[in-house]
Amino acid sequence: MDFTSFLIQILNALQYGLLLFLVASGLTLVFGIMGIINLAHGSFYMLGAYLAFALSSLTGNLMLAIVLGIPLAFGFGALLEKLLFVHLYKRDHLQQVLLTYGLILIFEEVRSLTVGDDVHGVAIPALFSASIPLSDTLSYPVYRLVISVVCVALAIGLWWLMQRTRLGMMIRAGSFNREMVQSLGVNIDMLYRTVFALGVALAALAGMLAAPISSVYPGMGGSVLIISFVIVVIGGIGSVWGALVAALLVGFADTFGKVLLPELAGLTVYLLMAVVLLWRPEGIFRKG
Amino acid sequence: MVIRDRRLRFTVGALGLGVGMLLAQGAAEAADKVKVGMMLPYTGTYASLGNAITNGFKQFVAEQGGKLGGREVEYFVVDDESDPAKATENANKLVKRDSVDVLVGTVHSGVALAMAKVARDSKTLMIIPNAGADELTGPLCAPNVFRTSFSAWQPAYAMGKVVAERGHKNVVTVSWKYSFGEQSVAGFREAFEQGGGKVVKELFLPFPNVEFQPFLTEIANLKPDAVFVFFAGAGAAKFVKDYEAAGLKTSFPLYGSGFLTDGTLDAMGGAGEGVMTTLHYADGLDNAKEKTFRSGYATAYKAQPDVYAVQGYDAAQLLAAGLAGAPAGAFDKDAVMKAMSAATIDSPRGAFTLSKANNPVQDIYLRKAEGSQNKVVGIAAPKLADPARGCKMMK
Repeated sequence: MDFTSFLIQILNALQYGLLLFLVASGLTLVFGIMGIINLAHGSFYMLGAYLAFALSSLTGNLMLAIVLGIPLAFGFGALLEKLLFVHLYKRDHLQQVLLTYGLILIFEEVRSLTVGDDVHGVAIPALFSASIPLSDTLSYPVYRLVISVVCVALAIGLWWLMQRTRLGMMIRAGSFNREMVQSLGVNIDMLYRTVFALGVALAALAGMLAAPISSVYPGMGGSVLIISFVIVVIGGIGSVWGALVAALLVGFADTFGKVLLPELAGLTVYLLMAVVLLWRPEGIFRKG
Repeated sequence: MVIRDRRLRFTVGALGLGVGMLLAQGAAEAADKVKVGMMLPYTGTYASLGNAITNGFKQFVAEQGGKLGGREVEYFVVDDESDPAKATENANKLVKRDSVDVLVGTVHSGVALAMAKVARDSKTLMIIPNAGADELTGPLCAPNVFRTSFSAWQPAYAMGKVVAERGHKNVVTVSWKYSFGEQSVAGFREAFEQGGGKVVKELFLPFPNVEFQPFLTEIANLKPDAVFVFFAGAGAAKFVKDYEAAGLKTSFPLYGSGFLTDGTLDAMGGAGEGVMTTLHYADGLDNAKEKTFRSGYATAYKAQPDVYAVQGYDAAQLLAAGLAGAPAGAFDKDAVMKAMSAATIDSPRGAFTLSKANNPVQDIYLRKAEGSQNKVVGIAAPKLADPARGCKMMK
């Protein structure tokens, strides 16, 4: 591997890591703050991708589809919380697993009945459809770089929301002591509903942004669910920074695993997880 | 003899009951029905393939006035969910509970391998309408296991021949690291290196990972004459899109087994245009059978048939040929098998016969992606037979 292709591989790793962060950030919020094990997280990702497909075929424009899709996903998340998840806060994890696994089956079946089982493509917005030449033979699609920029912006935005705003403060307080926050006069139900809806919206946004490069297909949620949990566990449950660092680590492990250790490419990510957990069983950024 | 042990007495009683039921069943079977067990995916990723195969099968039965070889058809249907863990149990349901005469299935090779084991152990007739694992008509071949689709080796071998003939010398291969992918790459390599080419690097990624970017960087770095890939479904669509977006398609021509562009061209949104693939079926085949098949399918199901529908249709044709060659009355498996082995199937893909290992000996077409169709360009390998390495029936 010469130096240029080494640099390109670093770019590949960063770009993949940032995309993984986007997918996992919603899960870490819901899991870390609300204590809900949400197996249906992947389904929300799928929902986003299919929303992008449906709305962009209707409007002819992916950006418009995303602008319309985010409030739809947010509203859907709030509705699900009000109808189903609100009953889970005081129950044990096994019942959460049962409900969210059931949701996966329902979402898959509804998808199959409404859209069918074919693979669909979503066009990259014309504005970003160009490629930048990196070497004499390889060029890099602008759209992937745009996704990376969006991911960085979201990471900063989330950090700011959680650490620097009153809402973030209440959310963090609520995750430590629900009753105390409630008795201080904060509407904790509304707060949790907001967090959950935010988690759904983030997952759907990830699906919408990824739709043009990953295609839209049955079972697409399952593939991101496992890697999202790996990232949340490596990063430390509930930590946004942890998820970012973990996602980048996974991006590097996966990319360089494929290039340098092709025989073990399927294992490198899980080896990374094992090493991190031996070193810090709570994950890298777990506080307290 | 007086049986004193109560447990033993119970066993003997149960045995008697069982024998009685078997006899009753034998009497019922004397009627001229053939019991067909369809074990296919009707949910999950491969649901559309399972449905296409079923539609194709039933279309042929309908063309024969609802009969196969003069017999009424009774269907027993199991959704295999493409889950190898449930495969043995599902196949046993059909073989033992429903005592079907013939098992038809399936799409997923892992499930098909488990089904074939049940079929071999119970000596049940089996027709595979898709699964391409080389083993099924290779080391694990059996006189009662037939295939109407292809082996992984067939299209890949034909492509190796074509790529060598087109004058490419150095080729990089990319595939998922699971048996079908590895068998495809091996088949390609065999023909390509016989033709004087060299596979400079085989790249594999774990199934179903679709993060191709590191490999595209590798390819740009290795600068081969051409690239051969095996991917299918959504992964295929993503690979071809990424390949084009990385600017590689103009520098290094892309070739693949036909699954790369079957049912995925629309999802590629134009990125697949011009990609050449090999398969035993293509769009624009000019034969009479194909025309009647297409129009019949379109009328019956309000959809265009695909290669999977053809394979299902031919599974029914093969069974019909077997039944027609066997005496009327009770299902005579040996006579049916003999007639099936000797049959020439007038398939929409073009007529084919079966090898000694019961795999189709068929023309493999070279196709070029145009719009949403894989247009036939020519025959990449005429009457290509899988070598069926390790199959005892080949001797």
